[in-house]
Amino acid sequence: MPAMTREETEALIQEVLEVYPEKAKNDRAKHLAVNDQSLEKANKCITSNRKSLPGVMTIRGCAYAGSKGVVWGPIKDMIHISHGPVGCGQYSRAGRRNYYVGTTGVNTFGTMNFTSDFQEKDIVFGGDKKLAKLIDEIEVLFPLNKGISIQSECPIGLIGDDIEAVAKMKKKEHGKTVVPVRCEGFRGVSQSLGHHIANDAIRDWVLENRDGDDNFPTTPYDVAVIGDYNIGGDAWASRTLLEEMGLRVVAQWSGDGTIAEIEKTPKVKLNLIHCYRSMNYIARHMEEKYSIPWIEYNFFGPTKIAESLRRIASHFDDTIKEGAERVIERYKAEYEAVIAKYRPRLEGKRVMLYVGGLRPRHVIGAYEDLGMEVVGTGYEFAHNDDYDRTIKEMGNATLLYDDVTGYEFEEFVKKVQPDLIGSGIKEKYIFQKMGIPFRQMHSWDYSGPYHGFDGFAIFARDMDMTLNNPCWKNIKSPWKKETASEPVKAAA
Amino acid sequence: MALRQCAIYGKGGIGKSTTTQNLVAGLAELGKKVMIVGCDPKADSTRLILHAKAQNSIMQMAADAGSVEDLELEDVLKTGYGEIKCVESGGPEPGVGCAGRGVITAINFLEEEGAYDEDLDFVFYDVLGDVVCGGFAMPIRENKAQEIYIVCSGEMMAMYAANNIAKGIVKYANSGGVRLAGLICNSRNTAREDELIMELARRLGTQMIHFVPRDNVVQRAEIRRMTVIEYEPSAQQADEYRSLAQKIIDNKNMVIPTPITMDELEDLLMEFGIMEEVDESIVGKTAVVEATA
Repeated sequence: MPAMTREETEALIQEVLEVYPEKAKNDRAKHLAVNDQSLEKANKCITSNRKSLPGVMTIRGCAYAGSKGVVWGPIKDMIHISHGPVGCGQYSRAGRRNYYVGTTGVNTFGTMNFTSDFQEKDIVFGGDKKLAKLIDEIEVLFPLNKGISIQSECPIGLIGDDIEAVAKMKKKEHGKTVVPVRCEGFRGVSQSLGHHIANDAIRDWVLENRDGDDNFPTTPYDVAVIGDYNIGGDAWASRTLLEEMGLRVVAQWSGDGTIAEIEKTPKVKLNLIHCYRSMNYIARHMEEKYSIPWIEYNFFGPTKIAESLRRIASHFDDTIKEGAERVIERYKAEYEAVIAKYRPRLEGKRVMLYVGGLRPRHVIGAYEDLGMEVVGTGYEFAHNDDYDRTIKEMGNATLLYDDVTGYEFEEFVKKVQPDLIGSGIKEKYIFQKMGIPFRQMHSWDYSGPYHGFDGFAIFARDMDMTLNNPCWKNIKSPWKKETASEPVKAAA
Repeated sequence: MALRQCAIYGKGGIGKSTTTQNLVAGLAELGKKVMIVGCDPKADSTRLILHAKAQNSIMQMAADAGSVEDLELEDVLKTGYGEIKCVESGGPEPGVGCAGRGVITAINFLEEEGAYDEDLDFVFYDVLGDVVCGGFAMPIRENKAQEIYIVCSGEMMAMYAANNIAKGIVKYANSGGVRLAGLICNSRNTAREDELIMELARRLGTQMIHFVPRDNVVQRAEIRRMTVIEYEPSAQQADEYRSLAQKIIDNKNMVIPTPITMDELEDLLMEFGIMEEVDESIVGKTAVVEATA
């Protein structure tokens, strides 16, 4: 199918909007756009970070998901209490595949669920006493924990539990960091506010723990990796590249991360931001308070990796600049072999994406390295600054959709007819049943890593095995095939 | 006779609990079977009937036992003067938790455990001062109290509260069967109090069902944790409560109230000299500004 013109894409948006009632149509129209690379600011074409309309099957999460699920959860040596009824913690447990090294239940706790398991009486009489008891029990049962975070579920905000008081008291008693996080699910329009609240909690309760303490020996090459959640090992595949070019990675936020690393971050020379959406707040704070510059980078696909390595190196001396070149050179044969193998099988294939955080723009380069084109992309919970960064990455006249609705996404797919869709688990089976190859791009469909040169090889293999899987030829029921030769015999 | 469920609302401190218990004692004296459901974390809605300091509440006992499911009805339902059944929902101390949820949980428990048995003639819900959240509206939701009495006096804030409660009733009246059944004037001896409350009642589309005069015997009985009817049956005040009880038995005047606007209420208060006419020219002026003007 040839690329759509601007007029065709605009007409498609209008057609899809047609079924909505007037008010919903006006609202949704602002969230759908045809990309125009000449624009500098996205607010000229798209609106984002607004409340979803009821009934549209939004794919968004909540503030608790943003704080516990994204930012805090992966910090492996802390215990994260889901404070409230049991469900929020249990149904979000270990689903994000934030890999870590450690002995679960002894010195790391990433895949476990700790909850205050609220009952009626805790709602009525308050849950602060139970929370205090829970923290005491954690200290007895899991003494190697390095700290505790209290992740508020909705009822905590409704009944006004004073979790700050409990946190302060228990911090004093046990001599460990205890962080209250006010990430009640009903706050904000999506998980995005949860990221912000989580960042603020780190700022207020952890980051300044080692202010004025110079015992940590620093080097001129200290950096922190911020906004890599080590999904399927992403941060590991990234970290090796940085280390090979001569940098010292002092902290990983927060995939496979520890509270000690977070406390040391204010000592680094440069903050490297991968997921800008979920961690830009803390990067800005460290810039303001500790004068640590920060840059965004992109470790998806060799083109972007090389660009990013050089941009990171430009903040350091020649040793590092040479190191960057050396790393790019070292992996060249490897990634060229990957491209040589897969590009012929994927060339010209068209992709539609709908994910969160950084991916709707960051993976575009990796697809392009394989000769593929991203013809539509959108974010669950982006703000305008995310779309600012997306406009230049996407081709002209491609589709942008913010907080896309179930209906819109399906209709776009029917008309655009992409060869591959990358989105979440809720979308996966709908599109697979429509006969379209699909990759789950939140947790890499139980694969990964996708970051770094190592990750790119896996990414390319996964796209190929999905797209060129022979099963798609058999998706149509035999009796629906036009070439069906024999009529079905009546049952005897 | 079918069970009648009544809820008593009114400004905090107006005398809801005292009035409710005295009038319920009056009903009991007339042979009616009554249950009082205290819907206030303070749990002081049944003390005059039970001669107790404060009854063990459903929520407190549920917390002690582990959960509401661990309780039996006889643990929480006590019988006092005149075979009146008493139960307190209970709730947290001020400043923690959610008292509204306590009321909801307690009433659900009573329903599930069959506290509303067929022999009962009346259930009275004694609800705390303001309907601050959905929990305190629980007694007037579907299948609960159908008639509401508002206790008030001729004081300005009591009338404000009465009007606000009427607004709340409208909301639930439109979706269910709850109706305003009258204002009970618990006198504070303000000027032309009876006329004022009758006029307020008329504006709200209801009636002043009874004017309860002020009498120190109420306090004397209360110190002994008794109703007037039990403490001094021959007292004039006991007859007032008996009269109120009889009027409630005979009451057929159930309406969807017509709450009035703030301006109308203020006009009414000015008419009766409770409130002075507001001089718009002085609004927002500090003493210093006034002195220099």
